[in-house]
Amino acid sequence: MDVLVYDKTFEGFLSAVFYVYEYKLADAHICKEAPGTVMFGRTIQIDTDEAKAKRVLAGLSKKLSHEGLQAIYHAYLADTLQEEDTMLAYIRHALASDHNIEKDYSNFAVLRMQRVDCMVHRERHRMKAFIRFKLTKDNIFYDGIEPDFNVIPLIREHFEKRYADQQWIIYDLRRGFGIYYDLQKVETITITFSEESQGADSILWMDQNEGLYQTLWQQYFKSTNIASRKNMKLHIRHVPKRYWKHLTEKALM
Amino acid sequence: MDKIQAKLEILADAAKYDVSCSSSGSTRKNKGKGLGDTGSGICHTYTEDGRCVSLLKILMSNICIYDCAYCVTRRSNDIRRTSFSVQEVVDLTINFYRRNYIEGLFLSSGIMKNADYTMERMVLIAKKLRTEHNFNGYIHLKSIPGASADLMHAAGLYADRLSMNIEMPTNEGLKLLAPDKKREDMIVPIRQITNEITQYQDERKVLKKVPTFVPAGQSTQVIVGATGESDRDIMKVASAFYSKFKMKRVYYSGYVPISNDNRLPALGSQVPLLRENRLYQADWLQRFYGFSTDELLPESVPFFDAEIDPKLSWALRNMSIFPLDINTADKSLLLRVPGIGLNSIHKILSGRKFGKLTWDHLKKMGIAMNRARHFITCAGLSEPTKDLTEMQIKGMILAGSSGKFLLNQTQLNIF
Ligand code: SF4
Repeated sequence: MDVLVYDKTFEGFLSAVFYVYEYKLADAHICKEAPGTVMFGRTIQIDTDEAKAKRVLAGLSKKLSHEGLQAIYHAYLADTLQEEDTMLAYIRHALASDHNIEKDYSNFAVLRMQRVDCMVHRERHRMKAFIRFKLTKDNIFYDGIEPDFNVIPLIREHFEKRYADQQWIIYDLRRGFGIYYDLQKVETITITFSEESQGADSILWMDQNEGLYQTLWQQYFKSTNIASRKNMKLHIRHVPKRYWKHLTEKALM
Repeated sequence: MDKIQAKLEILADAAKYDVSCSSSGSTRKNKGKGLGDTGSGICHTYTEDGRCVSLLKILMSNICIYDCAYCVTRRSNDIRRTSFSVQEVVDLTINFYRRNYIEGLFLSSGIMKNADYTMERMVLIAKKLRTEHNFNGYIHLKSIPGASADLMHAAGLYADRLSMNIEMPTNEGLKLLAPDKKREDMIVPIRQITNEITQYQDERKVLKKVPTFVPAGQSTQVIVGATGESDRDIMKVASAFYSKFKMKRVYYSGYVPISNDNRLPALGSQVPLLRENRLYQADWLQRFYGFSTDELLPESVPFFDAEIDPKLSWALRNMSIFPLDINTADKSLLLRVPGIGLNSIHKILSGRKFGKLTWDHLKKMGIAMNRARHFITCAGLSEPTKDLTEMQIKGMILAGSSGKFLLNQTQLNIF
């Protein structure tokens, strides 16, 4: 067994796939971090190589549609799931086959990839829903999030189209980067939070009317509920507790 | 600040009985770096009762000249009355939208002074949002019964959706509980909008410049369990609204007891949530699975079974067409198998082109096998026992799914 360790970039992953084919490895595992000990076999550090990554993509695009390629990218963005082995199995199946395998639900890698794609899609959808901008003194609408997967690349376009006439920042606190729209274009940024700013949501940052609208939103959330139909199980299924921290309406009043 | 919060408390509370919160079905683009777009139909949060919050759903005013018995806003009810100004609604909508709280506005109102006075202010709010703020988010206006044709037309130019809640499924129910309201006052504007939508669509085919007109169509709501109608009565009315007026959606709202009026279920009686849920399931089956009202509720069966969903009820009444071979059965028949949904059918149809599907595949596709197994055959699954009776199958399925019933489970798919 060979364990291939890549640098967490998509190109790195594709370079690892290239390596698998270059050295015809039959039993390879790809992961982001070297495991403590490998009992039987070697650990190989993969050098990210854009040219090799491109060649893998070019090869795949002969076998897969745009959606099929996207499924691989989405599985990569599901960074916390460690689906590299599924991705590799999917790629092997695709390259070995003389027809398109994306709908081959009799193959377990295809089924799993479909499931992962669903999960990423759901997280992306959640973040479109759960962003709660706060207006800062600098007239920028800011929100810090901690999504399960790395979905900022997938929601960027949605927010760019929708909020075209206001400046905004969406920041992934878990992964330490964000995107900033300055009324012209969207850029990737990193922020160094100072001690006093208390992470992200401090009132020190906020516009003077921000508190009012938060209060009004909390009021609305309360008033639009029908108490005699209360169904917390359903509520929590839709708004899982791990997201509450960043939801204005679920924050303690 | 306190004043606006107090108004919001009252006017959101009074609007919450309207169950519609859909914000999809329209594809308004963000033009010239304005604010917002539609098309994603996002639920931004869910209330503690598990309902989607997608729009700022408020009344413009809870002052009303009518006295509909089932409504908290009715004239004779002793409650605090208040109204938002046009500007207040505009500011709330814009500020909520900019913070990504909502997809847009769902505005209805009690009838102040008269229908046109009220409707005119509502249209003004929509107009200001569109023209002064370049707002391209979703706007749903609930039309006022009896509003003039001119105002209805103007509303159609600014709104994504218009609704008119019929509330009482039958004319008798309406006469009994909403004596001020005339069915005609509701039907005439609905018909006008239906016709105008068609007209605009036809014109758009020829001329690209024709403005959009109620792009997300019309909807209505019926109250369930306030008067004595059967499920079949309600489904029949709903079907008529779908076919005659090309409604996009009919909503079913379990009556929430709000008064001691002896024409209505008493305060403290249960909201008929299960019944409401069955109606949504049946509505869904009619729109996407090819079932008709007469199949789901034949004359001899005026109410849905409380224990099992309408699809399973139908299947148990029609055992002669089962079991179906999962690897060969026609799509229209697969649609009728309990436990198999649209997504799974899509996977079955694609998957079986590549090879024979087995029990293992079906399970991985997320099919509810404890239901489906009685109605299908495939490799790895023993043939369903032919001589089980309808009651035995029902018993087995119920035993295997005890406690799994989740209220509003169909609504999840809908919103
Ligand atoms: S007209 Fe509308 S707001 Fe007024 S009482 Fe009847 S249902 Fe309620």
